[in-house]
Amino acid sequence: MGRMTQKIFYAAAGMGRKVCATALVASDGFSARYDLDRIAGVFSRPEHKLAGESYVGRVLVLDGAKGGVATAWMLHEMKVRGVMPAALVLNRANPIMVQGAALADFTMISGFDCDITKAIANGAEVEVDPTAARPFIRVV
Amino acid sequence: MKLSDEEQAMRRGEFGPLRQWAIEHQIRVGDYLGAADFVPVTQAHIMADTESLGRAGVEWLEHWAALAAAQRQVRVPTITDPRGTDFAQAQKLKQQPWMLDLERRAIAAFEALGVLMTDTCINYQTIMPPVRGEHVAYGDTGVVIYCNSVCGARSNFEGGPSALSAGLTGRTPRYGYHLDAQRQATLVVELSATPRELSDWGTLGGIVGRLAGDYSQVPALVGVDRVPGPDELKHFGAALASFGSVALFHIAGVTPEAMRLADVIPEGPALPTHEIGEVDLRAFRSRYANDVGEVDLVVFSAPQLSLMEMQTLAGLLDGRTAKIPLLAVTSPQVKPDCDRLGLTARIEAAGGTVLSGMCFYQSYAREMAEANGWHGLATNSAKLVNIIGGYGYRPVLLSMSQCVEAACAGGKLTANIMLKQKN
Repeated sequence: MGRMTQKIFYAAAGMGRKVCATALVASDGFSARYDLDRIAGVFSRPEHKLAGESYVGRVLVLDGAKGGVATAWMLHEMKVRGVMPAALVLNRANPIMVQGAALADFTMISGFDCDITKAIANGAEVEVDPTAARPFIRVV
Repeated sequence: MKLSDEEQAMRRGEFGPLRQWAIEHQIRVGDYLGAADFVPVTQAHIMADTESLGRAGVEWLEHWAALAAAQRQVRVPTITDPRGTDFAQAQKLKQQPWMLDLERRAIAAFEALGVLMTDTCINYQTIMPPVRGEHVAYGDTGVVIYCNSVCGARSNFEGGPSALSAGLTGRTPRYGYHLDAQRQATLVVELSATPRELSDWGTLGGIVGRLAGDYSQVPALVGVDRVPGPDELKHFGAALASFGSVALFHIAGVTPEAMRLADVIPEGPALPTHEIGEVDLRAFRSRYANDVGEVDLVVFSAPQLSLMEMQTLAGLLDGRTAKIPLLAVTSPQVKPDCDRLGLTARIEAAGGTVLSGMCFYQSYAREMAEANGWHGLATNSAKLVNIIGGYGYRPVLLSMSQCVEAACAGGKLTANIMLKQKN
Protein backbone atom coordinates (compact mmCIF):
# COMPACT_ATOMS: atom_id res chain seq x y z
CA MET A 1 0.00 0.00 0.00
CA GLY A 2 1.41 3.39 -0.91
CA ARG A 3 2.43 6.24 1.29
CA MET A 4 -0.45 8.22 2.89
CA THR A 5 -3.08 5.84 1.53
CA GLN A 6 -2.86 3.44 4.44
CA LYS A 7 -4.66 4.83 7.49
CA ILE A 8 -3.63 2.38 10.20
CA PHE A 9 -0.08 1.48 11.12
CA TYR A 10 0.73 -1.39 13.44
CA ALA A 11 3.63 -1.31 15.90
CA ALA A 12 5.76 -4.12 17.26
CA ALA A 13 5.24 -3.06 20.86
CA GLY A 14 3.39 -0.55 22.97
CA MET A 15 2.54 0.52 26.49
CA GLY A 16 0.29 3.00 28.23
CA ARG A 17 -3.23 4.15 27.44
CA LYS A 18 -5.14 4.96 24.27
CA VAL A 19 -4.88 8.64 23.30
CA CYS A 20 -6.18 10.88 20.52
CA ALA A 21 -4.34 14.12 19.69
CA THR A 22 -2.65 16.12 16.96
CA ALA A 23 0.54 14.64 15.53
CA LEU A 24 3.84 16.55 15.56
CA VAL A 25 6.03 14.76 13.05
CA ALA A 26 9.69 14.96 12.03
CA SER A 27 12.36 12.69 10.68
CA ASP A 28 14.56 13.32 13.70
CA GLY A 29 15.31 11.71 17.04
CA PHE A 30 14.14 12.29 20.58
CA SER A 31 15.84 12.91 23.88
CA ALA A 32 14.19 14.83 26.70
CA ARG A 33 17.60 16.06 27.88
CA TYR A 34 19.14 16.97 24.56
CA ASP A 35 16.19 18.34 22.67
CA LEU A 36 13.67 19.94 25.02
CA ASP A 37 13.16 23.01 27.13
CA ARG A 38 10.98 21.16 29.57
CA ILE A 39 9.88 24.28 31.42
CA ALA A 40 8.66 26.08 28.29
CA GLY A 41 7.43 22.84 26.72
CA VAL A 42 9.21 23.37 23.40
CA PHE A 43 11.92 21.70 21.36
CA SER A 44 14.98 23.82 22.15
CA ARG A 45 17.93 22.27 20.39
CA PRO A 46 18.64 24.51 17.41
CA GLU A 47 19.58 21.59 15.15
CA HIS A 48 16.36 19.68 15.84
CA LYS A 49 13.84 19.73 13.01
CA LEU A 50 11.12 20.71 15.49
CA ALA A 51 13.14 23.51 17.13
CA GLY A 52 10.79 26.10 18.58
CA GLU A 53 7.70 23.87 18.33
CA SER A 54 5.55 23.15 21.38
CA TYR A 55 5.26 19.45 22.13
CA VAL A 56 2.66 19.79 24.90
CA GLY A 57 -0.34 17.57 24.28
CA ARG A 58 0.93 16.41 20.89
CA VAL A 59 1.56 12.90 19.64
CA LEU A 60 5.24 13.01 18.78
CA VAL A 61 6.01 10.93 15.71
CA LEU A 62 9.77 10.66 15.41
CA ASP A 63 12.48 8.42 14.11
CA GLY A 64 14.19 7.05 17.19
CA ALA A 65 15.58 7.57 20.64
CA LYS A 66 18.79 9.51 20.99
CA GLY A 67 21.26 10.38 23.64
CA GLY A 68 21.48 9.61 27.30
CA VAL A 69 19.57 8.02 30.10
CA ALA A 70 17.90 11.10 31.60
CA THR A 71 14.66 10.63 29.71
CA ALA A 72 13.94 7.67 31.99
CA TRP A 73 13.30 10.16 34.83
CA MET A 74 12.24 13.15 32.78
CA LEU A 75 9.04 11.70 31.32
CA HIS A 76 7.81 11.17 34.88
CA GLU A 77 8.78 14.70 35.90
CA MET A 78 7.11 16.17 32.81
CA LYS A 79 3.93 14.19 33.42
CA VAL A 80 3.60 15.33 37.03
CA ARG A 81 3.90 18.97 35.92
CA GLY A 82 1.50 18.38 33.04
CA VAL A 83 3.94 19.72 30.44
CA MET A 84 4.37 16.68 28.26
CA PRO A 85 3.46 15.13 24.95
CA ALA A 86 0.34 13.00 24.66
CA ALA A 87 2.33 10.05 23.30
CA LEU A 88 5.54 8.99 21.63
CA VAL A 89 5.46 7.09 18.35
CA LEU A 90 8.92 5.99 17.24
CA ASN A 91 10.33 3.99 14.40
CA ARG A 92 12.80 2.60 16.93
CA ALA A 93 12.72 2.82 20.72
CA ASN A 94 15.77 2.29 22.86
CA PRO A 95 15.56 0.88 26.40
CA ILE A 96 15.63 4.33 27.99
CA MET A 97 12.41 5.39 26.31
CA VAL A 98 10.76 2.14 27.37
CA GLN A 99 11.97 2.50 30.95
CA GLY A 100 10.83 6.12 31.09
CA ALA A 101 7.42 5.30 29.66
CA ALA A 102 7.05 2.47 32.17
CA LEU A 103 7.82 4.74 35.14
CA ALA A 104 5.54 7.52 33.91
CA ASP A 105 2.78 5.22 32.67
CA PHE A 106 3.16 7.08 29.41
CA THR A 107 1.80 6.08 26.02
CA MET A 108 4.43 4.86 23.56
CA ILE A 109 4.45 2.55 20.57
CA SER A 110 7.37 1.65 18.31
CA GLY A 111 8.54 -0.62 15.51
CA PHE A 112 6.77 -0.32 12.16
CA ASP A 113 7.13 -1.96 8.79
CA CYS A 114 7.40 1.50 7.23
CA ASP A 115 8.97 4.84 8.14
CA ILE A 116 6.24 6.17 10.40
CA THR A 117 7.56 9.74 10.12
CA LYS A 118 6.74 9.62 6.42
CA ALA A 119 3.45 7.81 6.84
CA ILE A 120 1.82 10.30 9.23
CA ALA A 121 1.36 13.89 8.11
CA ASN A 122 2.38 16.66 10.48
CA GLY A 123 -0.75 18.11 12.05
CA ALA A 124 -2.90 15.06 11.43
CA GLU A 125 -5.37 14.03 14.09
CA VAL A 126 -4.33 10.57 15.22
CA GLU A 127 -5.37 7.82 17.57
CA VAL A 128 -2.65 5.82 19.32
CA ASP A 129 -3.75 2.57 20.95
CA PRO A 130 -1.09 0.55 22.76
CA THR A 131 -3.75 -1.59 24.47
CA ALA A 132 -4.90 -3.28 21.28
CA ALA A 133 -3.76 -6.82 20.51
CA ARG A 134 -1.58 -5.17 17.88
CA PRO A 135 -0.67 -1.65 19.03
CA PHE A 136 -1.34 0.91 16.33
CA ILE A 137 -1.54 4.52 15.25
CA ARG A 138 -4.18 5.66 12.82
CA VAL A 139 -5.28 8.92 11.28
CA VAL A 140 -8.82 9.82 12.35
CA MET B 1 8.74 -13.33 30.90
CA LYS B 2 9.56 -16.56 32.66
CA LEU B 3 9.78 -15.85 36.40
CA SER B 4 11.56 -17.84 39.11
CA ASP B 5 9.88 -18.63 42.42
CA GLU B 6 11.66 -15.69 44.05
CA GLU B 7 10.67 -13.32 41.27
CA GLN B 8 7.06 -14.40 41.58
CA ALA B 9 7.25 -13.82 45.32
CA MET B 10 8.60 -10.32 44.71
CA ARG B 11 5.74 -9.71 42.34
CA ARG B 12 3.25 -10.79 45.02
CA GLY B 13 4.76 -8.27 47.42
CA GLU B 14 6.38 -10.77 49.77
CA PHE B 15 9.58 -8.68 49.79
CA GLY B 16 7.78 -5.40 50.38
CA PRO B 17 6.16 -2.80 48.15
CA LEU B 18 9.36 -1.28 46.77
CA ARG B 19 10.71 -4.57 45.43
CA GLN B 20 7.22 -5.31 44.16
CA TRP B 21 7.23 -2.04 42.22
CA ALA B 22 10.77 -2.75 41.00
CA ILE B 23 10.04 -6.19 39.59
CA GLU B 24 6.80 -5.00 37.99
CA HIS B 25 8.71 -2.15 36.36
CA GLN B 26 11.32 -4.58 35.08
CA ILE B 27 8.67 -6.96 33.73
CA ARG B 28 6.99 -4.12 31.81
CA VAL B 29 10.33 -3.14 30.32
CA GLY B 30 11.33 -6.73 29.64
CA ASP B 31 8.01 -7.57 27.98
CA TYR B 32 8.26 -4.54 25.69
CA LEU B 33 11.82 -5.40 24.67
CA GLY B 34 11.34 -9.13 24.29
CA ALA B 35 13.20 -10.47 27.34
CA ALA B 36 12.63 -14.16 27.98
CA ASP B 37 13.69 -14.02 31.64
CA PHE B 38 15.91 -12.23 34.13
CA VAL B 39 19.68 -12.33 34.51
CA PRO B 40 21.40 -11.75 37.89
CA VAL B 41 23.58 -8.63 38.09
CA THR B 42 26.50 -7.87 40.37
CA GLN B 43 26.40 -4.07 40.37
CA ALA B 44 24.05 -1.22 39.54
CA HIS B 45 24.85 2.41 38.69
CA ILE B 46 22.12 5.06 38.92
CA MET B 47 21.90 8.30 36.98
CA ALA B 48 19.72 10.57 39.10
CA ASP B 49 20.69 14.22 39.11
CA THR B 50 17.87 16.41 40.36
CA GLU B 51 17.48 18.29 37.11
CA SER B 52 16.32 14.97 35.66
CA LEU B 53 14.42 13.83 38.73
CA GLY B 54 12.67 17.14 39.34
CA ARG B 55 10.68 17.62 42.50
CA ALA B 56 8.38 14.81 41.43
CA GLY B 57 11.25 12.34 41.20
CA VAL B 58 12.72 13.38 44.54
CA GLU B 59 9.34 12.99 46.23
CA TRP B 60 8.97 9.60 44.58
CA LEU B 61 12.31 8.52 46.08
CA GLU B 62 11.41 9.93 49.48
CA HIS B 63 8.19 7.94 49.47
CA TRP B 64 10.16 4.73 49.14
CA ALA B 65 12.90 5.86 51.53
CA ALA B 66 10.31 6.05 54.30
CA LEU B 67 9.79 2.27 54.24
CA ALA B 68 11.25 0.00 56.91
CA ALA B 69 14.96 -0.66 56.40
CA ALA B 70 14.51 -4.30 55.41
CA GLN B 71 12.09 -3.32 52.66
CA ARG B 72 14.05 -0.49 51.11
CA GLN B 73 17.70 -1.55 50.91
CA VAL B 74 19.35 -2.51 47.63
CA ARG B 75 20.59 -6.10 47.29
CA VAL B 76 23.72 -5.59 45.16
CA PRO B 77 26.31 -2.79 45.31
CA THR B 78 24.60 0.24 43.80
CA ILE B 79 26.46 3.46 43.05
CA THR B 80 25.60 6.83 41.56
CA ASP B 81 26.37 8.95 38.52
CA PRO B 82 27.33 12.63 39.03
CA ARG B 83 25.08 14.87 41.07
CA GLY B 84 23.72 18.23 40.02
CA THR B 85 26.16 20.28 42.04
CA ASP B 86 29.46 20.47 43.84
CA PHE B 87 28.23 21.85 47.14
CA ALA B 88 31.60 23.48 47.82
CA GLN B 89 31.44 25.50 44.60
CA ALA B 90 27.70 26.02 44.15
CA GLN B 91 27.81 29.68 45.09
CA LYS B 92 30.56 30.34 42.57
CA LEU B 93 28.44 28.69 39.87
CA LYS B 94 25.45 30.81 40.98
CA GLN B 95 23.33 27.75 41.58
CA GLN B 96 20.23 28.53 43.61
CA PRO B 97 19.44 27.31 47.16
CA TRP B 98 16.43 25.35 45.91
CA MET B 99 18.71 23.29 43.67
CA LEU B 100 20.97 22.41 46.57
CA ASP B 101 17.99 21.61 48.78
CA LEU B 102 16.64 19.24 46.16
CA GLU B 103 20.06 17.61 45.84
CA ARG B 104 20.32 17.12 49.60
CA ARG B 105 16.89 15.52 49.70
CA ALA B 106 17.75 13.17 46.83
CA ILE B 107 21.03 12.18 48.51
CA ALA B 108 19.27 11.46 51.81
CA ALA B 109 16.70 9.30 50.04
CA PHE B 110 19.31 7.32 48.11
CA GLU B 111 21.36 6.79 51.26
CA ALA B 112 18.27 5.44 52.99
CA LEU B 113 17.95 2.95 50.13
CA GLY B 114 21.52 1.78 50.74
CA VAL B 115 22.96 3.40 47.62
CA LEU B 116 26.62 4.42 47.71
CA MET B 117 26.91 8.05 46.62
CA THR B 118 29.97 7.73 44.43
CA ASP B 119 28.78 10.53 42.10
CA THR B 120 30.88 9.50 39.15
CA CYS B 121 30.54 8.67 35.48
CA ILE B 122 34.05 7.16 35.38
CA ASN B 123 33.47 4.34 37.85
CA TYR B 124 35.27 2.05 35.40
CA GLN B 125 38.41 4.11 36.01
CA THR B 126 37.99 4.70 39.73
CA ILE B 127 35.61 2.35 41.58
CA MET B 128 35.41 -1.25 40.35
CA PRO B 129 35.67 -2.00 36.63
CA PRO B 130 33.57 -5.03 35.66
CA VAL B 131 35.23 -8.06 34.10
CA ARG B 132 34.49 -9.73 30.80
CA GLY B 133 31.14 -11.49 30.82
CA GLU B 134 29.96 -9.86 34.05
CA HIS B 135 26.29 -8.86 33.91
CA VAL B 136 25.69 -5.40 35.37
CA ALA B 137 23.00 -2.72 35.29
CA TYR B 138 24.67 0.59 34.56
CA GLY B 139 23.25 4.00 33.88
CA ASP B 140 25.08 6.80 32.04
CA THR B 141 25.58 5.83 28.44
CA GLY B 142 29.32 6.54 28.64
CA VAL B 143 29.67 4.06 31.47
CA VAL B 144 27.68 1.41 29.63
CA ILE B 145 29.53 1.66 26.35
CA TYR B 146 32.97 1.65 27.98
CA CYS B 147 32.18 -1.30 30.22
CA ASN B 148 30.54 -3.29 27.41
CA SER B 149 33.24 -2.56 24.86
CA VAL B 150 36.53 -2.17 26.71
CA CYS B 151 35.83 -4.37 29.74
CA GLY B 152 33.65 -6.92 27.93
CA ALA B 153 30.91 -6.62 30.55
CA ARG B 154 27.22 -6.89 29.73
CA SER B 155 24.78 -4.07 30.31
CA ASN B 156 22.01 -2.24 28.55
CA PHE B 157 21.38 1.45 29.04
CA GLU B 158 19.66 1.38 32.40
CA GLY B 159 17.97 4.66 33.21
CA GLY B 160 17.65 5.67 36.86
CA PRO B 161 14.39 3.84 37.64
CA SER B 162 15.62 0.63 36.01
CA ALA B 163 19.08 0.76 37.58
CA LEU B 164 17.47 1.27 40.97
CA SER B 165 15.15 -1.63 40.24
CA ALA B 166 18.14 -3.82 39.40
CA GLY B 167 19.81 -2.83 42.66
CA LEU B 168 16.66 -3.76 44.57
CA THR B 169 15.94 -7.07 42.84
CA GLY B 170 19.52 -8.08 42.02
CA ARG B 171 18.61 -8.81 38.42
CA THR B 172 17.60 -7.23 35.14
CA PRO B 173 15.58 -8.35 32.12
CA ARG B 174 17.71 -10.41 29.75
CA TYR B 175 17.55 -8.55 26.44
CA GLY B 176 19.91 -6.55 24.25
CA TYR B 177 23.56 -6.65 25.27
CA HIS B 178 23.12 -9.43 27.80
CA LEU B 179 22.68 -11.76 24.79
CA ASP B 180 25.55 -13.15 22.69
CA ALA B 181 23.72 -12.59 19.41
CA GLN B 182 23.29 -8.85 20.05
CA ARG B 183 27.02 -8.34 20.53
CA GLN B 184 28.07 -9.11 16.97
CA ALA B 185 29.08 -6.24 14.71
CA THR B 186 26.48 -4.70 12.43
CA LEU B 187 28.73 -2.30 10.52
CA VAL B 188 32.44 -1.98 9.85
CA VAL B 189 34.35 1.30 9.99
CA GLU B 190 37.70 1.49 8.25
CA LEU B 191 39.93 4.24 9.62
CA SER B 192 42.62 5.87 7.53
CA ALA B 193 43.54 8.32 10.30
CA THR B 194 43.92 7.38 13.96
CA PRO B 195 42.97 10.29 16.23
CA ARG B 196 45.63 11.86 18.48
CA GLU B 197 43.86 14.36 20.72
CA LEU B 198 41.10 13.35 23.12
CA SER B 199 38.78 15.74 21.29
CA ASP B 200 39.54 13.89 18.06
CA TRP B 201 38.60 10.58 19.64
CA GLY B 202 35.33 12.24 20.62
CA THR B 203 35.00 13.54 17.06
CA LEU B 204 35.46 10.03 15.72
CA GLY B 205 32.84 8.80 18.18
CA GLY B 206 30.44 11.44 16.93
CA ILE B 207 30.96 10.48 13.30
CA VAL B 208 30.57 6.77 13.94
CA GLY B 209 27.56 7.49 16.15
CA ARG B 210 25.86 9.34 13.36
CA LEU B 211 26.60 6.50 10.95
CA ALA B 212 25.25 3.90 13.35
CA GLY B 213 22.40 5.98 14.69
CA ASP B 214 20.56 3.34 16.64
CA TYR B 215 20.78 1.34 19.86
CA SER B 216 20.87 -1.98 18.01
CA GLN B 217 23.92 -1.03 15.95
CA VAL B 218 27.40 -2.32 16.89
CA PRO B 219 30.26 -0.74 14.97
CA ALA B 220 33.54 -2.60 14.52
CA LEU B 221 36.58 -0.43 13.81
CA VAL B 222 39.61 -1.52 11.83
CA GLY B 223 42.73 0.42 10.96
CA VAL B 224 43.55 1.88 14.37
CA ASP B 225 47.33 2.12 14.21
CA ARG B 226 48.05 1.77 17.94
CA VAL B 227 46.36 0.68 21.15
CA PRO B 228 44.30 3.65 22.39
CA GLY B 229 44.50 4.56 26.06
CA PRO B 230 41.61 4.50 28.53
CA ASP B 231 40.96 8.24 28.30
CA GLU B 232 40.92 8.07 24.51
CA LEU B 233 38.42 5.22 24.54
CA LYS B 234 36.44 7.05 27.22
CA HIS B 235 35.97 10.08 24.95
CA PHE B 236 35.35 7.90 21.90
CA GLY B 237 32.72 5.80 23.65
CA ALA B 238 30.98 8.72 25.35
CA ALA B 239 30.56 10.53 22.04
CA LEU B 240 29.54 7.38 20.18
CA ALA B 241 26.84 6.71 22.76
CA SER B 242 25.73 10.33 22.80
CA PHE B 243 25.48 10.88 19.05
CA GLY B 244 24.31 7.41 18.13
CA SER B 245 22.59 5.90 21.18
CA VAL B 246 25.14 3.11 20.70
CA ALA B 247 26.01 0.83 23.65
CA LEU B 248 28.78 -1.40 22.29
CA PHE B 249 31.69 -1.08 19.87
CA HIS B 250 34.58 -3.30 18.90
CA ILE B 251 38.08 -2.35 17.78
CA ALA B 252 39.85 -5.17 16.00
CA GLY B 253 42.90 -6.27 17.93
CA VAL B 254 42.10 -4.01 20.88
CA THR B 255 38.79 -4.69 22.61
CA PRO B 256 38.41 -8.10 24.25
CA GLU B 257 35.66 -9.61 22.11
CA ALA B 258 37.36 -8.62 18.84
CA MET B 259 40.92 -9.84 19.09
CA ARG B 260 40.29 -10.77 15.45
CA LEU B 261 37.73 -8.88 13.43
CA ALA B 262 36.27 -12.23 12.36
CA ASP B 263 35.32 -12.91 15.99
CA VAL B 264 32.56 -10.30 15.84
CA ILE B 265 31.46 -10.61 12.20
CA PRO B 266 28.27 -12.65 11.86
CA GLU B 267 27.78 -15.21 9.14
CA GLY B 268 25.77 -14.06 6.16
CA PRO B 269 25.90 -11.08 3.84
CA ALA B 270 28.82 -8.67 4.11
CA LEU B 271 28.27 -5.88 6.60
CA PRO B 272 27.93 -2.26 5.48
CA THR B 273 31.39 -0.69 5.48
CA HIS B 274 32.30 2.98 5.89
CA GLU B 275 35.62 4.75 5.52
CA ILE B 276 36.59 7.61 7.83
CA GLY B 277 39.66 9.77 7.37
CA GLU B 278 41.13 13.10 8.35
CA VAL B 279 38.80 15.00 6.02
CA ASP B 280 35.81 13.61 7.88
CA LEU B 281 37.25 14.50 11.28
CA ARG B 282 37.91 18.05 10.10
CA ALA B 283 34.43 18.44 8.64
CA PHE B 284 32.82 17.28 11.88
CA ARG B 285 34.89 19.66 14.01
CA SER B 286 34.02 22.58 11.77
CA ARG B 287 30.31 22.08 12.49
CA TYR B 288 30.98 23.27 16.04
CA ALA B 289 33.23 26.22 15.30
CA ASN B 290 32.34 28.12 12.22
CA ASP B 291 30.25 30.97 13.54
CA VAL B 292 31.46 31.39 17.12
CA GLY B 293 34.10 34.10 17.48
CA GLU B 294 34.27 34.26 21.22
CA VAL B 295 33.36 32.07 24.17
CA ASP B 296 32.33 32.93 27.71
CA LEU B 297 33.71 29.88 29.44
CA VAL B 298 35.75 26.74 29.01
CA VAL B 299 34.49 23.44 30.38
CA PHE B 300 36.30 20.14 30.79
CA SER B 301 33.61 17.62 31.67
CA ALA B 302 31.47 14.84 30.20
CA PRO B 303 33.00 12.50 31.12
CA GLN B 304 34.63 13.56 34.40
CA LEU B 305 38.39 13.93 34.07
CA SER B 306 40.78 11.20 35.09
CA LEU B 307 43.86 11.92 37.19
CA MET B 308 45.95 11.91 34.03
CA GLU B 309 43.70 14.43 32.29
CA MET B 310 43.90 16.65 35.37
CA GLN B 311 47.69 16.38 35.27
CA THR B 312 47.76 17.35 31.59
CA LEU B 313 45.49 20.31 32.24
CA ALA B 314 47.60 21.49 35.18
CA GLY B 315 50.67 21.35 32.94
CA LEU B 316 49.00 23.40 30.22
CA LEU B 317 47.96 26.05 32.76
CA ASP B 318 51.28 26.38 34.58
CA GLY B 319 52.42 29.98 34.40
CA ARG B 320 49.24 31.03 32.56
CA THR B 321 46.09 32.89 33.61
CA ALA B 322 42.61 32.01 32.49
CA LYS B 323 40.71 35.25 31.93
CA ILE B 324 37.30 33.64 31.65
CA PRO B 325 35.81 30.86 33.80
CA LEU B 326 37.62 27.57 33.24
CA LEU B 327 35.89 24.63 34.89
CA ALA B 328 37.56 21.24 35.31
CA VAL B 329 35.15 18.59 36.52
CA THR B 330 36.39 15.38 38.08
CA SER B 331 35.11 12.63 40.35
CA PRO B 332 35.07 12.56 44.16
CA GLN B 333 37.56 9.70 43.92
CA VAL B 334 40.08 11.62 41.75
CA LYS B 335 39.71 15.01 43.46
CA PRO B 336 41.48 14.05 46.71
CA ASP B 337 44.45 12.79 44.70
CA CYS B 338 44.47 16.05 42.75
CA ASP B 339 44.50 17.93 46.03
CA ARG B 340 47.22 15.73 47.53
CA LEU B 341 49.39 15.87 44.42
CA GLY B 342 49.07 19.62 43.97
CA LEU B 343 47.11 19.49 40.69
CA THR B 344 44.11 21.34 42.11
CA ALA B 345 46.36 24.10 43.41
CA ARG B 346 48.11 24.46 40.05
CA ILE B 347 44.82 24.65 38.10
CA GLU B 348 43.30 27.11 40.56
CA ALA B 349 46.47 29.25 40.68
CA ALA B 350 45.90 29.80 36.97
CA GLY B 351 42.35 30.93 37.56
CA GLY B 352 40.61 27.61 36.92
CA THR B 353 38.02 25.97 39.15
CA VAL B 354 38.13 22.29 40.01
CA LEU B 355 34.69 20.77 40.54
CA SER B 356 34.00 17.37 42.04
CA GLY B 357 31.10 14.93 41.89
CA MET B 358 29.03 16.78 39.30
CA CYS B 359 28.91 16.97 35.53
CA PHE B 360 28.38 20.25 33.74
CA TYR B 361 25.34 19.35 31.70
CA GLN B 362 23.68 17.54 34.61
CA SER B 363 23.94 20.61 36.87
CA TYR B 364 21.17 22.97 35.83
CA ALA B 365 23.15 24.15 32.83
CA ARG B 366 20.37 26.41 31.56
CA GLU B 367 19.98 28.18 34.89
CA MET B 368 23.76 28.54 35.24
CA ALA B 369 23.91 30.10 31.78
CA GLU B 370 21.22 32.61 32.64
CA ALA B 371 22.71 33.48 36.03
CA ASN B 372 26.26 33.89 34.72
CA GLY B 373 25.58 35.29 31.26
CA TRP B 374 27.22 32.27 29.65
CA HIS B 375 26.54 31.60 26.00
CA GLY B 376 29.62 30.57 24.03
CA LEU B 377 31.28 27.49 25.50
CA ALA B 378 34.54 25.82 24.50
CA THR B 379 35.23 22.23 25.44
CA ASN B 380 37.24 19.24 24.34
CA SER B 381 34.26 16.95 24.90
CA ALA B 382 32.34 15.98 21.77
CA LYS B 383 29.64 14.58 24.04
CA LEU B 384 29.21 17.94 25.71
CA VAL B 385 28.92 19.85 22.43
CA ASN B 386 26.22 17.41 21.36
CA ILE B 387 24.17 17.99 24.50
CA ILE B 388 24.71 21.56 25.53
CA GLY B 389 23.15 23.33 22.53
CA GLY B 390 19.73 22.32 23.83
CA TYR B 391 20.46 24.26 27.02
CA GLY B 392 21.00 27.49 25.09
CA TYR B 393 24.78 27.41 24.71
CA ARG B 394 26.77 27.80 21.50
CA PRO B 395 29.49 25.16 21.82
CA VAL B 396 32.88 24.98 20.16
CA LEU B 397 34.85 21.74 20.03
CA LEU B 398 38.58 22.30 20.52
CA SER B 399 41.50 20.33 21.89
CA MET B 400 42.41 20.71 25.56
CA SER B 401 45.38 22.93 24.69
CA GLN B 402 43.27 25.11 22.37
CA CYS B 403 40.66 25.46 25.13
CA VAL B 404 43.39 26.67 27.49
CA GLU B 405 44.64 29.10 24.85
CA ALA B 406 41.10 30.44 24.42
CA ALA B 407 40.65 30.84 28.18
CA CYS B 408 43.94 32.73 28.46
CA ALA B 409 42.96 34.95 25.51
CA GLY B 410 39.83 36.05 27.37
CA GLY B 411 37.60 33.79 25.31
CA LYS B 412 38.63 35.16 21.92
CA LEU B 413 38.96 32.41 19.37
CA THR B 414 41.90 33.96 17.60
CA ALA B 415 42.91 33.04 14.10
CA ASN B 416 45.85 31.17 15.52
CA ILE B 417 43.65 29.02 17.71
CA MET B 418 41.14 28.32 14.96
CA LEU B 419 43.87 27.56 12.44
CA LYS B 420 44.97 24.71 14.68
CA GLN B 421 41.35 23.61 14.84
CA LYS B 422 41.13 23.33 11.08
CA ASN B 423 44.37 21.44 10.70
